[in-house]
Amino acid sequence: MSALSPALARRSTVAAVGQRSFDLLSLGMAFVLAVNAAHLPWWLSLALACALGWRWWQRRQRAGRVPGWVKLPLLALLTLAVIVQYGNLFGRAAGTALAIGLLVLKLLETESPRDVRVGVGFTCFTLMTALLFDQGMVSTVVVALGLLPALATLRALEPAQAPASIPRSLLSPLALLAAALPLALLAFLLVPRLSSPLWGAPSRDQARSGLSDRMSPGGFTELLTDDHPAMRVSFDGAPPPPDQRYFRAYVMARYDGVSWSYSDAGNLPPAVLDAAHAVKYRITLLPTHRHVLPTLDVPIDVPADASMRRDRVVMAARPVDDALTYALSSATQYQLEPQLDEHHRRWLQLPAGFNPRTLALGQSWRQRHGSDEAAIVRAALALFHDGGFRYTLAPAPLGRNAMDDFLFDTREGFCEHYSSAFTVLMRAAGIPARVVTGYQGGYWNKLGDYLLVRNSDAHAWSEVWLAGRGWVRVDPTAAVRPERVSLGAAAAAGDQLDWYHDNWLQGFRNRWDIVNRWWDQAVTGFDALRQRSLLTPFGIRATDTTTLGVLLAIGTTLFIAIGLAWALLRRQSRDPLREALRELERKLARQHIVRHVGEGPQHYLSRAARALPSKREELMELAKRYLDLRYAHDEPPTESVHAFRRAVRDFRAKNVVK
Amino acid sequence: MPGLPQRLQDWAERRLPALTRYRRPEGLPVELHRRRIYIVPTGFGLGFSVLLLVMLVGALNYNNNAALLLTCLLGAASAASMLVAFRSLDGLRLEQVRAGHAVAGESIELTFTLQSSRPRNAIRLDLGDASASFALDGHGAALVKLALPTEVRGWQALPRMRLWSSWPLGMFRAWSWLHPAQSVLVWPRAEMAGPAPSAAADDARHMRLHRGEELAALRAYQAGDPRRHVAWKASARHDNLLVKDFEQPQNQPQWQLDWRQLRGMADEARIARLARWLNEAQQHRRSFSLWLPGNEIGNGSGALHYARCMDALACLP
Repeated sequence: MSALSPALARRSTVAAVGQRSFDLLSLGMAFVLAVNAAHLPWWLSLALACALGWRWWQRRQRAGRVPGWVKLPLLALLTLAVIVQYGNLFGRAAGTALAIGLLVLKLLETESPRDVRVGVGFTCFTLMTALLFDQGMVSTVVVALGLLPALATLRALEPAQAPASIPRSLLSPLALLAAALPLALLAFLLVPRLSSPLWGAPSRDQARSGLSDRMSPGGFTELLTDDHPAMRVSFDGAPPPPDQRYFRAYVMARYDGVSWSYSDAGNLPPAVLDAAHAVKYRITLLPTHRHVLPTLDVPIDVPADASMRRDRVVMAARPVDDALTYALSSATQYQLEPQLDEHHRRWLQLPAGFNPRTLALGQSWRQRHGSDEAAIVRAALALFHDGGFRYTLAPAPLGRNAMDDFLFDTREGFCEHYSSAFTVLMRAAGIPARVVTGYQGGYWNKLGDYLLVRNSDAHAWSEVWLAGRGWVRVDPTAAVRPERVSLGAAAAAGDQLDWYHDNWLQGFRNRWDIVNRWWDQAVTGFDALRQRSLLTPFGIRATDTTTLGVLLAIGTTLFIAIGLAWALLRRQSRDPLREALRELERKLARQHIVRHVGEGPQHYLSRAARALPSKREELMELAKRYLDLRYAHDEPPTESVHAFRRAVRDFRAKNVVK
Repeated sequence: MPGLPQRLQDWAERRLPALTRYRRPEGLPVELHRRRIYIVPTGFGLGFSVLLLVMLVGALNYNNNAALLLTCLLGAASAASMLVAFRSLDGLRLEQVRAGHAVAGESIELTFTLQSSRPRNAIRLDLGDASASFALDGHGAALVKLALPTEVRGWQALPRMRLWSSWPLGMFRAWSWLHPAQSVLVWPRAEMAGPAPSAAADDARHMRLHRGEELAALRAYQAGDPRRHVAWKASARHDNLLVKDFEQPQNQPQWQLDWRQLRGMADEARIARLARWLNEAQQHRRSFSLWLPGNEIGNGSGALHYARCMDALACLP
């Protein structure tokens, strides 16, 4: 029964790190390089990957530390490279690059278990740094997978274990991580968030290109090819039709011949708005690091912590550094500012000495149509529609008189060119006009009932002031390429975009976005504010730090108790026959008849029968039945096994008179 | 003279057994259970928790929830590894300790039989400075061999041993003290050199040469071999003649080793000399008998007989 297996025991080996641990550590570091590659300079990633591969190959040939005369110059080179690239050694980007470089250099001198453990700790840390740059769901999951080789390395360091292949040894930490997930989620929910950072707020330089408060024709190019989500909008009720999905961000009045710029009009009250049809909605804006909050054209009220500016532009009190959700309502049919105020001259401002031909064209329209301003607008749109203009994301560059060049020579461009030229033309004709930037369109996700607006949906249009109607939105781009407004930016761009903007792929990405939205809401956007309202369903309005701490302690204790229950659980052996024999052994052991190691049941029971003569018959019978059940059948019949167990239970060894 | 920390520990274990986890010697088998398994974080575990703290503060500072989630996951996995470490010792049974033979001053080899109903990895057994690691496959027992240094002959109690594991991540160390109430017998050390035993027993009866009766081997015929030794039947199946070779007769005299012969010597010196004679007799495959005060072992030879005589010598007061 208890046959001794060949000795599994092994003399403990000293200090040297096995090839398996080293391989797994190298794998973990390669993972770190891969997940951080997106924000490291490519040449640094490449150099570090080469160093890693070389060291791995070198150690396979011959174990041993890399000598100092190799390490020290590499260290100096790394420091120099980081300084050249980033200008300093600290800060998020530079610090991360340096840490990853040091991690790879650490591998050069890794020979002892202690080195490996330090390397694993550092690997975990540098895995986390990848998340400082991208905390999307996919990258988080990928980074979490990077923990597998790291934890497998620690396991491989332990002596004397059952052999396993590399994929198997990578899978075993997965069970540990899976078991740890509930506790991790609890801690994630309850660890008190900081309402203000302890040091250095996230640097602005990492801001993804977004809408800026300046606009010059051609400046959007980068934005229009960036298909990261900009915001997600859900409406109370039906969404407005596609041609009304204009989200205004900036209203730009000033034109200096090169670019349009937004200037805050101070503390003036918002322009008068007669709203006819209000839409209530909620926007989740991804970090822009700017103050402006895009709103559906035109906003009626403002969310908390924000203010409405003169031209119905909504500005938050603080820059949007984290995903922000705000709810408000807007009017889709409205009359904005029916009477112009005393500052109306600024809507006619034009820089002197620029674009003479454009100005002449505008003035000629005024002379031809007189006071019929609507006719002038129609003339301009007709020019764009019939004048041989082309919509393209890669237009020819423009010279000093940019609008002249665009209108009379190149005749190609995108929304910025058209809105800019249109506004200049209107102003030349004496009609108050301005440029509005923001987003237009978006993808309606039916499953999640929300509108996904990407950076590539950025748009610029114009507003002209017509007597009796107030500010009227005019989108000159629509005159050239109506699909831009009805179908969206990608449709308008046609085949000018990269292959991955392909239709089916884009469709898939749009549908997949619902997962990202859930992630952004549940994980990325779970801030101090949301945490405070965590217990609202249970009647606690504001959860303070102490309550969170107590809850965290209680929850952790609960999970540890569950874990302890698991740890203390002794699984019953599945063999009822063996159990029965054990019981008999226990009974006999009380009479000092102890079964020896390696003693078979027949020998043991006959020894017991000799020692207890009065029970001899009974014991021999039990031995016979046991041997019969054990060895005469593949699967002993259940009722016989039960009968045997009953017999063992009824067996009394202590009534024996010795 | 042990150092101060050692004396302090000895004193503490005597006076504060509960605090120092001291366990009195106990009978085998020993089964580890929750009341005798202790867990502390290792140095790496402490360092790793500092790292986790740094990661936590960093994630909170940058308000980065993905990094926070990763940190929580890593922390929870580390905490869970504590339970795994506990479980790798819980329910482990030390069934038996067997000792080899060693003379005083050498190390005696101990074989521990450990048994478990489920597989376990990376368990280590420390005995003084010696350490061995082993794994259990959940079916059979593991045999772990360790060397125990000895100093004097006679019964030597097994010292306290530590069974420990830092499986799976090396962040926590679970350990338990094992102190089986068992002693091992250490044989006396033989003297380096000295006279041979007096040849009182070298009578002609033992010097007689006789041919052995036991057939040892077959070898090729050489000129001069007696004809009756030729193995005819075997030779018929071969090309050349084969001759039966018989075991060589015992030509060594029997030694009668006697405590009383060594009058005028100190007891330990007598034991050392007898041990040397026993060694020589065993080496030259003599047969010998041994007389000791209170113990007389008749004539015999072989490893078992030698061990019996050495045991008797070791047990002398």
